Amino acid sequence: MDNDIILLGHGSGGKLSHQLLDDLIIPKLSQSLASGGQNDAALLEISGTKLAFTTDSYVVDPIFFPGGNIGDLAVNGTVNDLAMMGARPLYLSVGFILEEGFKKSELALILASMRSAADSAGVTVVTGDTKVVPKGKGDRIFINTSGIGVLEHGLRIDGAGGRVGDQVIVNGSIGDHGIAVLSAREGLEIDSGIRSDSAALNGLVEELLVLGEGLHVLRDPTRGGVATTLKEIAIQSGVTILLDEESLPINPGVKGVCSILGLDALYVANEGKLLAFVAPERAAEALAIMHRHPLGKDAAIIGALTESSEGRVQMKTSVGGVRGVEMLAGEQLPRIC
Amino acid sequence: MCVGVPMQVISIEGDLAMTEVDGVKREASLMMLDQDVVVGDYVIIHAGFAISKLDQEDARETLALMREVFTPELMG
Amino acid sequence: MKPMNYLDQFRDKELVAGLARRIRELTAGREKPLTFMEVCGTHTMAIYQFGLRTLLPPEVRLISGPGCPVCVTPNGYLDRAVALCRLPDLIITSFGDMLRVPGSSSSLMEERAKGADVRVVYSPLDAVQIAVKNPGKRVVFLGVGFETTAPTVAGSILTAAALGLDNYFVLASHKTMPQPMGILSADPELAVDGYLCPAHVSAIIGANAYRFLCEEYRVPCVVTGFEPTDVMQGVEMLVRQALAGESKVEIQYSRVVRWEGNAKAQSMLAQVFTPFDADWRGIGILPGSGLKIAEAYAAYDAELAIPVSVEELKEHPGCLCGEILKGKVSPFDCPLFGRTCTPESPVGACMVSSEGTCAAAYKYAR
Repeated sequence: MDNDIILLGHGSGGKLSHQLLDDLIIPKLSQSLASGGQNDAALLEISGTKLAFTTDSYVVDPIFFPGGNIGDLAVNGTVNDLAMMGARPLYLSVGFILEEGFKKSELALILASMRSAADSAGVTVVTGDTKVVPKGKGDRIFINTSGIGVLEHGLRIDGAGGRVGDQVIVNGSIGDHGIAVLSAREGLEIDSGIRSDSAALNGLVEELLVLGEGLHVLRDPTRGGVATTLKEIAIQSGVTILLDEESLPINPGVKGVCSILGLDALYVANEGKLLAFVAPERAAEALAIMHRHPLGKDAAIIGALTESSEGRVQMKTSVGGVRGVEMLAGEQLPRIC
Repeated sequence: MCVGVPMQVISIEGDLAMTEVDGVKREASLMMLDQDVVVGDYVIIHAGFAISKLDQEDARETLALMREVFTPELMG
Repeated sequence: MKPMNYLDQFRDKELVAGLARRIRELTAGREKPLTFMEVCGTHTMAIYQFGLRTLLPPEVRLISGPGCPVCVTPNGYLDRAVALCRLPDLIITSFGDMLRVPGSSSSLMEERAKGADVRVVYSPLDAVQIAVKNPGKRVVFLGVGFETTAPTVAGSILTAAALGLDNYFVLASHKTMPQPMGILSADPELAVDGYLCPAHVSAIIGANAYRFLCEEYRVPCVVTGFEPTDVMQGVEMLVRQALAGESKVEIQYSRVVRWEGNAKAQSMLAQVFTPFDADWRGIGILPGSGLKIAEAYAAYDAELAIPVSVEELKEHPGCLCGEILKGKVSPFDCPLFGRTCTPESPVGACMVSSEGTCAAAYKYAR
């Protein structure tokens, strides 16, 4: 096995990604990354003002997919990273790397989507940069967005905040984005009717802040899916999370594609979903808040934190058995076996 | 080693069928099937091929019998 | 009520609980547990994904046999695939299952990272379409799998022939199922009280294919589907046979499997492939247990049509895969499991495929 090169799996959000971060990037670049790398954004204090600062790059293929494109993904993704820290997102920067030969009409569509997404989220793009690389050196368009938000409350919401007894709540169906993108990819030719759930979650998060000290963790399960995100939080918080398979909201179309390709929806990316860890006595209230919001109509309690541990995730299956949920090494691949 | 899904035939053109499960559609080849299929039948799809028909009556009977024997307390 | 899709109805929680209860009643108090072996990677996965072992009593043990076609594919096959993908103007097409499998020094995934054109497809017919769309390139499909998959690969070769393609090839490493079950049954060290026979392989070869196991080795065989109620009912049927001292073939998966199997698929196999003595990694050479491309279709055989020099075979020492594939030892008994042998850096065959015995145990049962 050649350990000297970067593999696609290093970008998939699973174990290989973590290894790259822990073994190479954090030691070489900055120890501050250790905490900022675990949470969705870095928390900084400048002259008494608490800020959240984050960055994300977007390389999705295909760049246009049912329900969205790389542009609105780039805006919503960074807005959401700030929102997951409980920050109010304010300003974004945008960096484009364009491949020579990329169609201006496609760029125009992407830009329009970005503007629309930014307006919906209430953020402004205030600075940016554009570079062009020769044909063959870039996959049409790569986008990086960085964002700044303010924390206007004293709450500490991060991955280490999970407490035994907490209820895990998701705001809607899982696996939509990843399956929408996969269905559109050449070679798989599946007509699923599934659309990406790409959306800005800061509005929903603002509503949830009334839970105050009862809101312990917020995170958006993007690449690697719900399973990977829960495993990360379980390790950070030092707890065991027990999921209830029957409570997982999954669209029938997502189930269908997963059946055909041998995939597990728990590992499929989401772009408009958050996981909230809420103190048990506030869980019903949290659910009600979500149900009242357009992005939370299908919200459900999907699990609970059962005990302290080195960080485990287990699931009670739909037929009453119990199984472990681990982090994948790299990207999930379709299988026939 | 045989991930295969029951899918319903919604249209047939020669050796190809359009099949559907839970609203998801995928074309499948009927080339290796030794049974006749018509629209509405269920087939098991593996790697883009129908490998066998699913006998719907047998399926319903199997379920009914299993329910009678193993969950009699739930029967009407 | 939900419409019948023949999937969810066979995942009924109450039925599974009722079946588990019956199995407990039948086996309560047994001193020596009953040991049943499944020989299909899809069964391995289904049992783990639904957590079925946690529903069975300690008197019933489910073990995995050599049912993972990727796991029993010799290293040399991967090495040849790696050598092929380093050739110019050549596209390797494969099921997702093969991508991470390590050969002697590399894997397809690593080769892709270094610039090789390696594409995951869902169907061998998709690979044929890639050949149609890329007339200037050679397209090689990696044909791995048992009797469920081999006819689909045969179908792709027949389709390529009908289209008059000269740039579609298959690197075949198919294996057939019943032979290893006979070898295992003949092994005095292995005491298997019954086989859960594979669902979809049996749809092709027919339930009659397992009669010899009952007649020669007196082992009960139940052809079982992949859904949780199917598996539990299959186990229940095996328990009843074992307790009654019977050994016959029964079909649990009667909605799909017939005694004679699928004659059309069988004739496609006979037309496009020839049986030969295949090497099962971890077990050895089993007579008549493999399928290679028949002479009439030699033009589509990548091994003959595209000669490459393949690196020297390097097997990894110290792993217990052979014993695990024969069901003699569990992953947890292997000193390498979870330590030096993990899904990210697999040492042996059982960890390489996502539905290999060790990979499944690592992911679902630690």
